[in-house]
Amino acid sequence: MRDWATQKAARAARIAAGASFARGKVVQAADLAPFLEAVLRPGDRVCLEGDNQKQADLLADALAEVDPGVIHDLHMVQSGIVLPSHLDVFEKGIARRLDYSYSGPQAARIARMLYGGQIALGAVHTYLELFARYFIDLTPQVALIAAVSADRDGNLYTGPNTEDTPTVVEATSFKDGLVVAQVGEIVDRVPRVDIPGDRVHFVVEAGRPFHVEPLFTRDPGSITETQILTAMLAIKGLYAPYGIRRLNHGIGFNTAAIELLLPTYGEKLGLRGQVCTHWALNPHPTLIPAIEAGWVEQIHCFGSEVGMDDYIAARPDIYFTGADGSLRSNRAFCQTAGLYACDLFIGSTLQVDLSGHSSTVTTNRIAGFGGAPNMGSDPRGRRHPSEPWLKAGAEADPDTPAPLRRGRKLVVQIGETFGDGNVPLFVERLDALALAEKLDLPLAPVMVYGDDVTHIVTEEGIANLLLCRDPDEREQAIRGVAGYTEIGRRRDAGMVARLRERGVIRRPEDLGIDPLDADRSLLAARSIKDLALASGGLYRPPSRFRNW
Amino acid sequence: MERLSYTLSAPIPAGGTKPRAIVGVVASGNLEVLLERALAPDLCTVEIATAAHGFAEIWAAVVADFVARRAAGGLRIAINDGGARPDTVALRLAQGARLIAGDAA
Amino acid sequence: MTPAFEPEALSWYEGSARQRIAALVDPGSFREAVGPEERATSPHLALFDLPEQFDDGMIVGQAAFKGTPILVAAQEGRFMGGAVGEVHGAKLVGLLRAAKSLALDVLVLFDTGGVRLQEANAGETAIAEIMRAVVEARLSGSRVVGLIGGRSGCYGGGGLIAGCCSALLVTEQGRIGVTGPEVIETNRGVEEFDARDRALVWRTMGGKHRYLIGGADRYVDDGPEAFRAAVRDVLAAPGRLDLATLDAEQARLERRLARFGAARDATDIWSALGVAEAPAVPGLSTQAFRAVALGRESAHDAR
Repeated sequence: MRDWATQKAARAARIAAGASFARGKVVQAADLAPFLEAVLRPGDRVCLEGDNQKQADLLADALAEVDPGVIHDLHMVQSGIVLPSHLDVFEKGIARRLDYSYSGPQAARIARMLYGGQIALGAVHTYLELFARYFIDLTPQVALIAAVSADRDGNLYTGPNTEDTPTVVEATSFKDGLVVAQVGEIVDRVPRVDIPGDRVHFVVEAGRPFHVEPLFTRDPGSITETQILTAMLAIKGLYAPYGIRRLNHGIGFNTAAIELLLPTYGEKLGLRGQVCTHWALNPHPTLIPAIEAGWVEQIHCFGSEVGMDDYIAARPDIYFTGADGSLRSNRAFCQTAGLYACDLFIGSTLQVDLSGHSSTVTTNRIAGFGGAPNMGSDPRGRRHPSEPWLKAGAEADPDTPAPLRRGRKLVVQIGETFGDGNVPLFVERLDALALAEKLDLPLAPVMVYGDDVTHIVTEEGIANLLLCRDPDEREQAIRGVAGYTEIGRRRDAGMVARLRERGVIRRPEDLGIDPLDADRSLLAARSIKDLALASGGLYRPPSRFRNW
Repeated sequence: MERLSYTLSAPIPAGGTKPRAIVGVVASGNLEVLLERALAPDLCTVEIATAAHGFAEIWAAVVADFVARRAAGGLRIAINDGGARPDTVALRLAQGARLIAGDAA
Repeated sequence: MTPAFEPEALSWYEGSARQRIAALVDPGSFREAVGPEERATSPHLALFDLPEQFDDGMIVGQAAFKGTPILVAAQEGRFMGGAVGEVHGAKLVGLLRAAKSLALDVLVLFDTGGVRLQEANAGETAIAEIMRAVVEARLSGSRVVGLIGGRSGCYGGGGLIAGCCSALLVTEQGRIGVTGPEVIETNRGVEEFDARDRALVWRTMGGKHRYLIGGADRYVDDGPEAFRAAVRDVLAAPGRLDLATLDAEQARLERRLARFGAARDATDIWSALGVAEAPAVPGLSTQAFRAVALGRESAHDAR
């Protein structure tokens, strides 16, 4: 007769093997490597919590120290490849296969290792996709996670950076996998229970907070006049006419400029309360002035941001907070919210081709995806109407009767026509295609597909791709805002002029915007110090961002 | 340094009476533009010294658009460039044309 | 809802040298000498294939301040970090000599990392000539006031020149020193000074600390209006330079060294000065900072 509980038995065996290194659930940090050798099995699927922001760094270092003769061929399933140790495990032969989402900080090294065949790549996912697969065919046998504190029963407090942890633990623990948590400290009573102790099997005290990067801090001091111009175009040419209330912003300087223009330029346009009221967004410091000026009703967050904790705790009407007063973030829920409940995504990218496909891949760097493809796509499962969604749908498909017409999410790519080092934003062919050929991938790593993109904003104007009726119009609309790049200079001037007459292309002057007004004095904060002052001293930026 | 020089016929004469104006600074990704009222009102010259080599075609396009769209007639323009992007160049040129058209100080 | 703070239209830190001058002196009163149209550029940079600036990063001239004629010099901190080269230095020497012969006060808007490496000998000579010219202008009765709040701070030879001035005005972002953070780290190691720890850099060399230890005379907000008010104040005070002034300065520095020489960190000095919550000082608003700075080391003996 079949044994229906082999996985439970396997977990029990792992717990028994680990128990010899533990007192109760608590393992000493010094014993971590032999402990991991005891609880892991060759070929295990392992989620080593590497999130967009927080990192189980102690566990990552320990995993990289296990004997590859004992533990090998692990299949790593984790959203972020962020720390050097995340790749060390592949170099040492401890791990072999990888399924992941984001690898920004390790983009160059992961590219080298993929080319060199040291990593067998499953796929590069979006966050929601990888989380979904945790529950279907990539369920971890062991999860190595990070939290702020734990009690002796294993109840975990994840603090403001909850991020992926509930998703990882849910998938692992309820499918008879083993959960090991590193915590900053072990306490008698956790401030709030983010993960119940019966889902956590071992806890190790790191004696210090987990590693976390301030990924969402953009110094207003670095925002250029051209970025301010693109922000003015977005506010007056998109946010106002569509009435965008629910949205997500990328992390670039163009969108930071939009955030900083709301209380000044947006106020002048009379848009407070009309746009930008509900957000799926990390706690961007650059949104502080708009929050303080009464623009924002509420924000749900994927994670937190270094230095923002006190500010968030003092603004519970705006943010989601727990009984302890601090932020509760959740990447899976916020990604879902961004996908289904937002009417606009706007973000910067590195390359856009003539179909509107965009990518952040360059030939020698593989940064992965993160959340942009989920935010930056039209969710075809959406059913609830909203004004911007219906208006965009009508622009794209004027002939279908309204009750049968799909709305459209606005997916906006914003940027300057030339990036750092005078590299053009617009290209004939994405580097992502060259990469796919080199690695023999069935799919090129496209961040946002052209058929999802509705608008492209550059300093030269806004191209509304919803109004393009064929691929030629689409190409000329893109060329028409591509400025002095080669793509832009090779435009069909007559066709671009006709597209402009139809409002497919809108120039700054068509919107009543004088590029000479795009001045840094328009920014509600011009420095990190201004942001700290605007927060009433509650925002405490990390030292690297200070000039005082 | 790459040196470029353009002489264009200018449809719109520069406004105002100021003899000269200067905008911008020479820094990475930035440039300075010195405008002097020194030519016939239907002519504009632009001399460029740039740290970024190989962008002559783009300079020609930016300068031609500027002279066609803004009041540049009569101006002798000299640029020291620290590798600015075309959008920054166009913005500085426009700022310069506005500045020299302002009241003589 | 009112915003928590309202910055001035022009940030001194962000502004260009020309914007700072225009906003500081009486509107429209500035007359530039050796302006960009004269193209008095560096004779050295072309050898290194580096771009020149028509004014060589130094703008000098005469203006009116509250109706009174005054001489002004401003360094452009974004051009080569405001570094001093041959022409750049000569323009300031000339202005200071004019101050002596015209009997006018001088405002020097510092924004410099020190001497330009590509023309180091000429730059070092220029620093010495400027220091001599400052002293001679002061001996003849002119006040030489330094304004410090730019991106590049006031380092190297700029720090030496600043030390010769009649009065120094500094913002929170302004930094004053001779050896810059990166140079200290390179020569003495990261244990001695971590140049990337920006909070450390500013609490050691920044405007608040310099004001607290008497290294600057006025602490001002980051805008031309604040500088204007402070310039008016220091120009109203008597300016003199004689043996008694130097004796008093020597005594002040010896006293300061005896009092704080053993301190490991700027916060130790602030605590010794009676600041109740020293670590909180960098976060204080101008108003709150002025209140805790009442017990600061006096700068006045020196000037």
